[in-house]
Order: sequence, then C-alpha cells, then structure tokens
Amino acid sequence: MTAVLPSRPVRRPTGGRLIDQFEYGLDAPICLTWELTYACNLACVHCLSSSGRRDPRELTTVQAEAVIDELQRMQVFYVNIGGGEPTVRPDFWHLLDYAVGHDVGVKFSTNGIKLDEARARQLARTDYVDVQISLDGATAEVNDAVRGTGSFATATRALENLAEAGMKDVKVSVVVTRENVSQLDDFKALTDSVGAQLRITRFRPSGRGADVWDRLHPTQAQQRELYSWLLANGDDVLTGDSFFHLSAFGEALPGLNLCGAGRVVCLIDPVGDVYACPFAIHEDFLAGNVLGDGGFQRVWQGSELFADLRNPQTGGACTQCQHFDSCRGGCMAAKFFTGLPLDGPDPECVQGYGETALAARDLALVTPRSHLDHSHKGPVRGQPTLLGMPSIPPAKLCDESPLAGLDLR
Amino acid sequence: MPETTQDEIQTETPVVAEEALVEESLVEEVSIDGMCGVY
Amino acid sequence: MRGVLIDAAVAPATGTAFDPDLAWQRARSVALRPEPFGALVYHFGTRKLSFLKSKTLVRVVETLADHPSATATLAACDVPEAQRATYVRALADLARSQMIERRTEGPPA
Repeated sequence: MTAVLPSRPVRRPTGGRLIDQFEYGLDAPICLTWELTYACNLACVHCLSSSGRRDPRELTTVQAEAVIDELQRMQVFYVNIGGGEPTVRPDFWHLLDYAVGHDVGVKFSTNGIKLDEARARQLARTDYVDVQISLDGATAEVNDAVRGTGSFATATRALENLAEAGMKDVKVSVVVTRENVSQLDDFKALTDSVGAQLRITRFRPSGRGADVWDRLHPTQAQQRELYSWLLANGDDVLTGDSFFHLSAFGEALPGLNLCGAGRVVCLIDPVGDVYACPFAIHEDFLAGNVLGDGGFQRVWQGSELFADLRNPQTGGACTQCQHFDSCRGGCMAAKFFTGLPLDGPDPECVQGYGETALAARDLALVTPRSHLDHSHKGPVRGQPTLLGMPSIPPAKLCDESPLAGLDLR
Repeated sequence: MPETTQDEIQTETPVVAEEALVEESLVEEVSIDGMCGVY
Repeated sequence: MRGVLIDAAVAPATGTAFDPDLAWQRARSVALRPEPFGALVYHFGTRKLSFLKSKTLVRVVETLADHPSATATLAACDVPEAQRATYVRALADLARSQMIERRTEGPPA
C-alpha cells in the first residue's frame, strides 16, 4: 500500500473545516455511545452488540458514576446510552439523574420495555434527556420478524405513553433493511402520529448482524431508492450520518460525511472497554479500558489505536475513484466484518466496487468475529421469526438482476 | 477538493494576516446527530 | 463553571439583523468547550453544534457579558480593525443559531 497523500504536518491548521482538525484529535469526543449492559429482554437477529446475557464484569454503579464524573470533567456534551437494553439495569434511573445532574446530556436507546405511564411522566419532567425507541418495521409483521413477537406492541405502547405524558423530541430509530426499505413513508406516518422524530440508520454486519447481513442488507436498487427518499424527505429525518456512503450517488447528505470512529465518537462498553465505534466491537478496535490508569481521558487522548484512526487514510484503491471525496471510502466496520480491506471499497459501494470486492474474496475466508458474544443461549420469549419461519418470503439471494427487490409502486 | 459541510456559511472576507486565516467564516455548524458512529 | 443544565427556555430566533452595538451574552442553554483550535459550542435545546475556529473568537464569546456591546467586546479582545467585519459576521452566525442571545440586564458599571 503506497501513500498518495503527504504525511500529516506536525502543526495543527488554523481555521479550515472542523474535519481537518480530527486527525490532530479533539480533547474529548463530541458524542459517545455508552452501552450500559449486555443484558436484554429481546434477541433481535441483527443486534450490533450481540446482546442478551449480562456480563459478570459489568461496571458497578460506583464505577459508572466515576465514568460520568470524568465525562463531566472532559465536558462531553452528550452521551448516547444503549446496550443491550439499558433500562433493565436496576440503577438505570439513578444513573440517568446522575448524568443530568453532572452536566452530561443523555439520549438513551430502548426497546420500550420499561416505559410505562409512570416512567413516561417521569421522563417528561426531566430536562436534558432524549428518548429513542428502536423499531425495525412499520408493521408488527415486518418488525417482529427481526425483533421478536410482541416487540412492535411494546415499542408502540411506549411511544403512546410518552406522547400521553407530553414528552418532547422522542426519536424512533430504524435500522434500514431489505425488508423495511419499502416502508419509509409508513415509518414517517407512524412517527408523525405519535409526535416523534424519525431516525433511520444503516444496517452493518456487526455483532449478530454479520449472520444475517447477506440476507437483510439493502440491494443496490434499494440504496438508490433510499437515497432519493432522503433527498426528498430528509429535512426532519435524522440519519446519524450513517448513510454517507450514499453521497457518492450525487448531492451530499447532511452531516460530516465521514467515519467518526475514534475521531469524534467512540464506544464505552458495559465492562468499561473503549472501542472506536459501537459497530466495531472487536479486539482490533479496542483502545483501552476506563478502569485503567488515567481513565477514559487517557484512552481517548493517548491510545495508539485512536492516533492511527485519526491519521487520514493513505493509499488504497478508493482514493483513485472520482467519488472518493463524497464517500470517503465508506464504513470501516462494514468493510472489516465482511472481510474486505479497510483501504478498499465499502461492501455497499454505490458504484458497485464493493460487490466486485466481495465476489473476489477467497472462498475459504472466515470473516472476522468479535471475541464477545452475549447472545441468549436458549429460546427467548418472543423469538424473532426471521431465521425460522419468515412471514415475508426472502429476496432471492442469487438473483443477478439489478432490479431485484425494486418496488415500482 | 474540499466538500461542502452542511450549513457552512460562505461569506467573502478579505485575506487576513493574523493566525493565517484564509477561510470565509470563523464559525461552522454541524448537527450532533450528523456524525457517524453513535446510536 | 458550566452549570448550563438549569432550566432555560429556548428563545425563538428573532430573524432581525444582528446589531453589534447591543448587549449580548453566551446563551444560557449553551455549553462551550475549549479545544486546541478554538472551541466547540453545543446548544442543549436545538442540539446544534458549532465549531469556533479561532481562540480570539472564543474569548469574545466568553466575555460578551462583561461589556456593554459586542463592538466593545471586540475592542477589548484586541481584534484588529481589519478583522472586525469577520468577527461581526461570526457573531451574527452565532446569534442566528441561538448560541448567543441578547442580554437584557443593563451593561456592567
């Protein structure tokens, strides 16, 4: 791999764009994800963190408070709390209040299981907390196939409770898959009906997602649909900048349009391990642990992994492509977990280079797996049906037509 | 070639010597949701 | 001292042109974090993030409340004449995104 860009000068540039500063490091992440627990009442087929069972080494309440203290000292504005299902931690509500009381804003991501009327009212009275409900189908049929029987009902009940309680700025977060991309308008209608904001994010082959990625990731044609839909409807739809790889279709989508891993975001996992990104829970992306000397700050500011990630990618096939400036080579985690080189195309490259690269992989290749798997071992109440008896016939996997799955309605 | 960042305010400014500032604006806006890698 | 997580309603943007001769201050719902390149500013109400590209601008924003006007603040922060217009435009941007707000109490003695 030859370097085509000059090595980074030692002095940080003055002015310029924010993204030019990232290679020199920010004093603190702008935003980070903190998975509070690997425990979860559900067993979604595509779970990015392979959650289900609690890890015995989970941070204690006191250790979690120390993390919040540190985030406050570092002046981290906002933390996204997830899991697993964060609300199944008995101390969740205490930690929520603790964070808000220490100048750290919170958005927490939940399947809604604990959001009864009382909790909804409590949240509506709490400032600086955002709630995000996960949903992957605009109908129970589509949703429950991946998230489990009853999960649609749980989520919608939570949304209704929150609306009833007057909670503002509720978000509904959808992972876009082959099965639900035709429901984008329906998702918008659903969120409009409960006064919530729609957020759609990219499905990545991370965690259990690796096992269903071939089957569930959007087709090329669907990606184009999605891109068009975002251009037409995206004004009040959030994306977490997760579709920046689609910017290579033409006009850039809103956001920084690049990978934030280790630059502006990172993950703190339930045992305090710090990873570059929630979609990259793998030893290769492990930067350190918050319980180590120097805590989280030392990891964020000093880890070698993050220093490497902050350096601009040099060389590789992607930089030769005329679309590189738009897509920046796509998602690191998507490439990693599909066994593609990190300096090559994203598996869902809109120019088709990703498909070529996937086809060129060694047939004997074993794609990387995380050392962690907290999945439930036995059956779970409300098991997803996707892998057993799908309620929607799967798209034909070997269909070569670029129009496969295209809905012409 | 630099990509246009969302909401980057483009204004005309005389070239200034101090701090070698040559860009048009001292402020750049981003959305906290507009960065990849968060839930 | 942060303490920004106190109740502060998000004031609607007025839509009128920015007047640097009025009294301004960093908005109460806003957190400002210095960085080597300047600062990051986050509005808890709007969820908007602004990136301030100069340390001088950061000083201006932080000391707005100590002066009777934005113009006076620029002078106090030794902003060269040639750059005043740039700084006023930056403050106008921040006013538009509600990162700074009109100060209603009288100017300091």
